[in-house]
Amino acid sequence: MIHASPNPPSAPLVEAQNLCKYFPVRARFFGKSRHLLKAVDGVSFAIEKGETFGLVGESGCGKTTVGRTLVRLYEPTAGAIRYDGQDISHLNRAALLPFRRRAQMIFQDPYASLDPRMTVGDIIAEPLRVQNLYPGKARDARARELLALVGLKPDHINRYPHEFSGGQRQRIGLARALAGNPEFIVCDEPISALDVSIQAQVVNMLEALQDQFGLTYLFVSHDLTMVRHISRRVAVMYLGAIVELAPVAVLYKHMQHPYTQALLSAAPVADPRRAAQAARIPLQGDVPTPIDPPPGCLFRGRCPKAVPRCAQERPALRDLGGGHLCACHLLE
Amino acid sequence: MHIDPEAYANLPAEDFAPLGDADRENEQIARPSTTYWQDVWARFRRDPLAMAGLCVLILVALAAIFGPMLSPFSYEDVDFLNGDMGPSSAHWFGTDRLGRDIFVRVLYGARISLTVGVVAAVINLVIGVLYGGIAGFIGRRVDMVLMRIVDILIGLPSLLYIILIMMALGSSIQSIVLALCFTSWIGTARVVRSEVMMLKSSEYALAARLTGASDFDILLHHLIPNCMGPIIVSTAFLIPSAIFSEAFLAFLGIGIQVPMASWGTLANEAIAALSSRPYQMFFPVAAICVTMFSLNFIGDGLRDALDPRLKK
Repeated sequence: MIHASPNPPSAPLVEAQNLCKYFPVRARFFGKSRHLLKAVDGVSFAIEKGETFGLVGESGCGKTTVGRTLVRLYEPTAGAIRYDGQDISHLNRAALLPFRRRAQMIFQDPYASLDPRMTVGDIIAEPLRVQNLYPGKARDARARELLALVGLKPDHINRYPHEFSGGQRQRIGLARALAGNPEFIVCDEPISALDVSIQAQVVNMLEALQDQFGLTYLFVSHDLTMVRHISRRVAVMYLGAIVELAPVAVLYKHMQHPYTQALLSAAPVADPRRAAQAARIPLQGDVPTPIDPPPGCLFRGRCPKAVPRCAQERPALRDLGGGHLCACHLLE
Repeated sequence: MHIDPEAYANLPAEDFAPLGDADRENEQIARPSTTYWQDVWARFRRDPLAMAGLCVLILVALAAIFGPMLSPFSYEDVDFLNGDMGPSSAHWFGTDRLGRDIFVRVLYGARISLTVGVVAAVINLVIGVLYGGIAGFIGRRVDMVLMRIVDILIGLPSLLYIILIMMALGSSIQSIVLALCFTSWIGTARVVRSEVMMLKSSEYALAARLTGASDFDILLHHLIPNCMGPIIVSTAFLIPSAIFSEAFLAFLGIGIQVPMASWGTLANEAIAALSSRPYQMFFPVAAICVTMFSLNFIGDGLRDALDPRLKK
């Protein structure tokens, strides 16, 4: 399928190889459901140590599933996840424990991701409790230290999540993710539920923590401007597959895939004079369902440039040089 | 508007340093900090019926515990010379045919009835929460098998197996509790199952999984505490239903044997003299009614207090 390796030259920290995650639809009492929702279908990329890898796409394109599968909240249906060289695709819970310490996640909804019946201290210390790190009094001290690290007061340790605002809750979620000193964090739309003023705070904090601890991020978002700001490389997903992957400067200036072009043309521009000039590329139709997708290019139904070949053969990611990969027949 | 550039020429650099995140006023929360259970108690306290029910129930419980100790009579002391006496200053609720003090017997009956209610509710709680929690959390086939077992159990005619259990094990408090618990945990189990099914895909359950927590750990630390509201409500209504079932069975003659007394057996004994000495029936039935009302009001109050949609 893949003509060119999307891997950067240095050894990657996290690597997805032809990653697939299918969900059975309408599970029955007996036997297996015949329909599959192909949330992620053959996604390959590699994230280098210390970089921020952006993953963009519209709602339902599978970007959250990629993030969750990568930290093994889901077991991949096919393909492999390699973390620091080790294949973790099918490890069980006990075998995953060392990995759990190294790879963490920040969730999209700061209201749903904190247990409302636990104090902030218990929430932050949960990874430490489960993994039995920082035993005894050190655990409490560590929770206070983490709260201070994310810009909250250490005295807030005995409060409950409902006493905090959305931005503060997201900081608590970040403190929990940092508890076990991870090196890789999946940020699953960490700012989409926040006010714009708070978004900047959280993103700045993510960047500061990255510098301080040498963190590696997978930044999942539909906010193209924010992804452009924070990421070094960006992958664009459509219906469970990556259609284009490039360093951020290349992607936002010389995007090749018709979907990326349409997607980026839809991003709001802060300057009204430039916004008036910018040509929108409107897309016809809706996103097709990922349940039993037809052969051929998944985007062809909405693509303004579709040719007959698009209906027959699914385009593979091809290397355009300089780490720019794009899956489109028109580029041959 | 005219702006004088001179006035802005010598601003110190510190004025442009970012404000510390922790000190920002716009992130301050005005509402005083309250825990979930403080909120629940505040709402419960505002419900007059529930508070009245709670007070009456505490009185009944205190009377059941200490009343028999303070009374000069015992529940089993027979005094043929003073049989069938109406209420008086010596015997507040009168005496029965054998001259036993009905006041003490009603209080003693309260011990039995309340014990049966509370023990049955606790057993229901434990079985129901574990059963429903496991069914809801594991889901799929385990859930299907467990829920079909429940369907079979609930299809059995309750009076039949209760009588069978009582005959096999003899008439004691233990066998009554066992008989009452045989299927009454099903309601709790179903409530817990549906709550757990809903909560297990919540983001905080995912976050817990991400820490490496085991299924049992997540169930125990996150899912069950978060469905405590519905669990407590269903338990609160189980207590009166267990007490009432025990009274009903005792009234039919299945249950505690004389000289021990529950409210149901007292009512049963009073049938014979219902037309001539109705007070013998009145006091135990009144005790059942008052307790039922109190418990149901408490249950209603708890349900309203635990419902987060009413949160102000």
